Amino acid sequence: MLPALEVKGISKKFNIRHESPYLSLRDRVMDLFKPAHTSHEDFWALRDVSFEVKPGESIGIIGKNGAGKSTLLKILSKITPPTQGSVIGRGRIASLLEVGTGFHPELTGRENIFLNGSILGMKRQEIAAKFDAIVDFAGTERFLDTPLKHYSSGMQLRLAFAVAAFLEPEILVIDEVLAVGDAEFQKKCIGKMEDVSRSGRTILFVSHNMAAVQSLCTTCLLLQRGELKAMGPSADVVTQYLTSLDSQTLDASGYVAIHSAESEKPIRAIEVLCDNQRSAVAYMGCALEIRLYFKANEFLTTPVLGIIIKDNYSTPLIGVNNRHYSGNFETPPLKEGFIAMKIPYLNLFEGTYHVDVHLGNEFKDIEVIQDCFQFTVEPLSFSGSGELPLKSLNRMFMKDITWTLNSTNHVA
Amino acid sequence: MQEVHTFEIKPRKAFAFNFKELAAHSELLYFFAWRDIKIKYKQTVLGFLWAVLQPLLLMLIFTVFIGRALQVSSEGMEYPVFVYSGLVLWLVFASGVTTAANSMVSNAAIIKKIYFPRLIIPISAVLVALFDFVMAFAIFIVILFFFSTPVDLLRLLYSWPLAILLTIVATAGPGCLLAALNIKYRDFRYVVPFLIQILLFVTPVIYPVSAISQNWLKYVVALNPMYAAISVFRMPLAEAPPDWILLIISVVSGVVLFLIGLAYFRRTENYFADIA
Repeated sequence: MLPALEVKGISKKFNIRHESPYLSLRDRVMDLFKPAHTSHEDFWALRDVSFEVKPGESIGIIGKNGAGKSTLLKILSKITPPTQGSVIGRGRIASLLEVGTGFHPELTGRENIFLNGSILGMKRQEIAAKFDAIVDFAGTERFLDTPLKHYSSGMQLRLAFAVAAFLEPEILVIDEVLAVGDAEFQKKCIGKMEDVSRSGRTILFVSHNMAAVQSLCTTCLLLQRGELKAMGPSADVVTQYLTSLDSQTLDASGYVAIHSAESEKPIRAIEVLCDNQRSAVAYMGCALEIRLYFKANEFLTTPVLGIIIKDNYSTPLIGVNNRHYSGNFETPPLKEGFIAMKIPYLNLFEGTYHVDVHLGNEFKDIEVIQDCFQFTVEPLSFSGSGELPLKSLNRMFMKDITWTLNSTNHVA
Repeated sequence: MQEVHTFEIKPRKAFAFNFKELAAHSELLYFFAWRDIKIKYKQTVLGFLWAVLQPLLLMLIFTVFIGRALQVSSEGMEYPVFVYSGLVLWLVFASGVTTAANSMVSNAAIIKKIYFPRLIIPISAVLVALFDFVMAFAIFIVILFFFSTPVDLLRLLYSWPLAILLTIVATAGPGCLLAALNIKYRDFRYVVPFLIQILLFVTPVIYPVSAISQNWLKYVVALNPMYAAISVFRMPLAEAPPDWILLIISVVSGVVLFLIGLAYFRRTENYFADIA
């Protein structure tokens, strides 16, 4: 049987312009008077990627941010052409890089179903035939003739997903759309996708959620800096990816240097303290402090520290910044210093955790480092009973649960 | 087993037009036009009346200030009939070019997330302008009866459809060109309204071309593709036939602009998603 997709030596080059993101006519006119423009820089988002997908296969595409996953999906969806190489596909292809593409707040639910369905490539008759099933799946029949702007965000999402779920192409390309929505609805969608893949359709699925990738895909592709690093059974490739996460390991004294003194980027170093001692290892229930040392070229007003702690499957567990707690730091503008966050009681289980670090100001991120460092948590019985709840049943543990046993036997 | 649809993705050539693909997406074209018409009038109290009020009010103003006050001649028609017959097509051009020029930028979110032939977007903007035309045109018929204007019905049969076709060509060309330029150079957002304003005065909408005494200036005016559309449209109403040479210049200019617009759009289309 011929493969559903043959990807042959795909490369994609972007020109990075260092100054304005848009071309302006003035720049163009000025360029006429200048010799060769030097502020261009070529950036290869993908380099010579080749693979084949058999019909009915579900392929997961994983890799760090910036590895080229989205570019690969955009090429496969024909949104942007490759610079080199070619793809041969056999079957109708539909892509879902976003749910609810083209949804318009002024149009009613009914109108949006038709518009979105048509944008996704369905024929009008096809949408009309599936209309009732779509509405049923979304559970929004009461609001069909209400403008979308009066829908809650959850309802909009359900409607968007419902339309997408009824796409019936032979090849389906899906970007991380599952990262949004409530858990129950996510399950419903994964269930629907599993139905799709069982019915013999080919799926390409990009996600950061390793658990979802493993449950949906038998084979995985690992991209690294635009190159195909590995392709094989999901379990193997996922493991390879997780061990390759170059989130830096803290040195024995809980310290990791980030940018050197000459760098223009502000994050200099990270320090981790467990019960006020610098340490690369934390204990369940300890007081965990993370310090970010910064030195910026420009004055920072109201610096903001954001921390996301993720488990080994890249699932975020805690995502907080200081504004969520104590608001902005009221300080005069400053160029260097450190911001610390302290969790008085760490209720994470034993294991390895990856941390994303955001340094910003009141309005925006100034520097973001995904998977900036990792730390481990060692088991420790927090109650003194010598026993721990099962890790497989808990993501975080609760310390103060009271249990009572009463011998009186009556119903009030 | 069904026939398998096969496709190939590769670095694209600049000038290969895929009309088959465009035809396959005709429903999407309809949906985009339908969406824009709905949204345009959804939140307005007067709704579709706006499509009619605009040319009517302009007709009134031009009649008072240009027709009466300046005594401009009008090829044997009543001045209000003359100016409305020009405005009804001019407004298709003006609103078609303006919305088409902004269409790619305002649909950037969709362009970045899904593929379809990009040409659908500016073309649907032209369709929306034609929708307004249908309303304004109905009023035009009423105006003709009101002034009991003599109409050459035989000429009308071919000249009006031809005039509408010329208007579509004249609108689509600059519309596509500006849509593509706008996404690359945002400066065009400011250029377009200005350009449209100027063009109204070099198009014989409010005055006849016979009012221009210098011959060379007539040829310059004829370079404007809307000149042909409006002159052909007025043929069944006017006392004298139009100047054929000027007409041909204008038609050729419209077709050339149309081809340039399509070609430039096609050339930059591939990279819209990267720069939008």
